Amino acid sequence: MPIQYYIYLCLALFSIGVTGVLTRRNAIVVFMCIELMLNAVNLLLVAFSKMFHGYALIENATSTTGIDAQIFVFFIMVVAAAEVSVGLAIIVMMYRNTHSVDINFLNRLKN
Amino acid sequence: MSIIQILFFALSAFAIGSAIMVLVSKNPIHSVLWLILVFFAISGHYILLNAQFLAIVNIIVYAGAIMVLFLFVIMLINVKKDSEPQKQFLVKLLGVVAGGSFLTLLVALVKQTGQIQGRTLLMKDGVIGLIHPLGKALFNEYVVPFEISSVLFLSAMVGAVIIGKK
Repeated sequence: MPIQYYIYLCLALFSIGVTGVLTRRNAIVVFMCIELMLNAVNLLLVAFSKMFHGYALIENATSTTGIDAQIFVFFIMVVAAAEVSVGLAIIVMMYRNTHSVDINFLNRLKN
Repeated sequence: MSIIQILFFALSAFAIGSAIMVLVSKNPIHSVLWLILVFFAISGHYILLNAQFLAIVNIIVYAGAIMVLFLFVIMLINVKKDSEPQKQFLVKLLGVVAGGSFLTLLVALVKQTGQIQGRTLLMKDGVIGLIHPLGKALFNEYVVPFEISSVLFLSAMVGAVIIGKK
């Protein structure tokens, strides 16, 4: 399978996430689109790790090249889980203060 | 077309279609459910790439924990379907145009990059995605980041409780 296919798939998912952040006003949906972008990047990391692993196997049959990327994806998931717990707590707090999850109400930091 | 290619295209279409449905759903709960489908499609891609550990972790952590957290919060704050004020049409159009141009730019960039032309990736062979090699690497070379991530989780837990308690 050519690596380009995976790159295009991940670019499409990432761009959909960017479009969601730009077009939606609900803070929770914006947050979900950020998760979508994180997942697109994870998939691309795994695809590249398999690509380099395939080329390393030709030279050395017991090579473990590319395992770093999969560990990296694991840590990205860990950090995303921590980020979500704090971010959703912030959204709940924001709802308690403004009775809305509209991100346009967040411009009060301006003054 | 081999079976792997058929599975790849089916999963890709499924993922992209569900991702678009996340955007166009008016009700946030429907967005969450569509996003869970996207995560399942991405887990299917991991299985296709023989990254079995990540496929399971993706389902457990993302579809199982994070999305349930989202659902809890949505039900807790009781967002009504029409309470979300819609952006004006122009702003939405500009957002879609910006996202589309971003995609076009990146695709053009990928098309020009020389290093990845004609390279293929290993689909079902290779053992690096299995639990045994990953666990060995995680607890030998990456044991310090692993422990630090547990501290990160503790601080995130404390932070979430403190923010939510007020």
